[in-house]
Amino acid sequence: MSPEASEPRLGWNPAPTQGWVAPHIAAEFPGLGISWVEVDGHPGRSPEGVRHHLRQLSDRFYGPQAIQMREQPIPWAYRVFYRQIGLDPDRTRTPVEQLAFDRIRDGAFKSEGMPADALTVAIAETGVALRAFDADRLRGSLCVRDSAPGESLPGQPGELSQGTLTIADEKCPVGLLFGETAAGYGVEPGSRRLAIVAVQVNGVPQIAVSEALWMAAATIEAAGP
Amino acid sequence: MGLRAAVDERPARAELRRQVGRLERELSGLLAEGFGRVTVDYRVAAVAAAPRVLDLGELERLRDELAERVADARVTLHEQGEVEAQNRELLRQMIAAPKDFKWAIVTRDDLGLPSCGAWHSRPRLGPIGMLMGWWRVKVSSGCPLSGRLAAVE
Repeated sequence: MSPEASEPRLGWNPAPTQGWVAPHIAAEFPGLGISWVEVDGHPGRSPEGVRHHLRQLSDRFYGPQAIQMREQPIPWAYRVFYRQIGLDPDRTRTPVEQLAFDRIRDGAFKSEGMPADALTVAIAETGVALRAFDADRLRGSLCVRDSAPGESLPGQPGELSQGTLTIADEKCPVGLLFGETAAGYGVEPGSRRLAIVAVQVNGVPQIAVSEALWMAAATIEAAGP
Repeated sequence: MGLRAAVDERPARAELRRQVGRLERELSGLLAEGFGRVTVDYRVAAVAAAPRVLDLGELERLRDELAERVADARVTLHEQGEVEAQNRELLRQMIAAPKDFKWAIVTRDDLGLPSCGAWHSRPRLGPIGMLMGWWRVKVSSGCPLSGRLAAVE
């Protein structure tokens, strides 16, 4: 047995890839960042272990927590960022608050299969905003930038209004920042490799982002390719 | 001669964003404080249809609206606090002299307390107590059990 094989695995290997933020956007929003990990996986029914984890999470989560959540550092950081970019976080909910809302409405974190359940577990545990893309469709490094004149979101009618904040690869925007995903870039039945993407905002520690990515990727990996 | 000067608005925007963050936290705290006691208006409409960098004017409007909500929420909570204080005083007097508050009911809700329950000024031994002036404050036994509710349904 090689020494590498016997070593306990710490964190996700390889480490999350750091994307970039357009300099003028970074100057406006210090602390804004994007990072991701890629993992083999495909959509499908979640294994019993993941569904058990969701049930446990449901049992740990109550109504008053949903109200108090917005005072906790990480959910608060996302709420504030939503305000700062013009969104109403009570209408366009932050990922963790959307989960809390769904939990209260449905009475439990309902299983929606992989990779959605992996994201639910990681978001609920850490509060970090995660989303998944089809890694095979992405070209090069991901970034957060504003839209250029005449640019549009693939699959969406009309142009993006200039200055719209997007997540983009080297080719085009692949989704709105905290919004819709471009057609063809989301996880679909044929997806075989997934990119789990975290958007970090001011006030969210790097260790929480790394933990969220690791947790989501490990859950997907454990479910099998 | 016209005077033209380029002004860097970035520090002003940064300061407004800091204020928005502080107000958002304060509003969240007030909402949590009033949860289950009183309805606090916390909604501030979206400034933009899609995420983007807000300009100085938009940030100022957002800051002002949040400040208005915080001020309104403080007033609402203060008024509710006064009502609850009056009800606590009423309950204190009611317990001290039940006969002076015949049939009065103070609920936990009236005091801003969670869960079910009430203090009810009523006569001992029913009509006999009424005739004799034997009044007391009876504390209800709390929320109905789910099993009992199911039996009623």
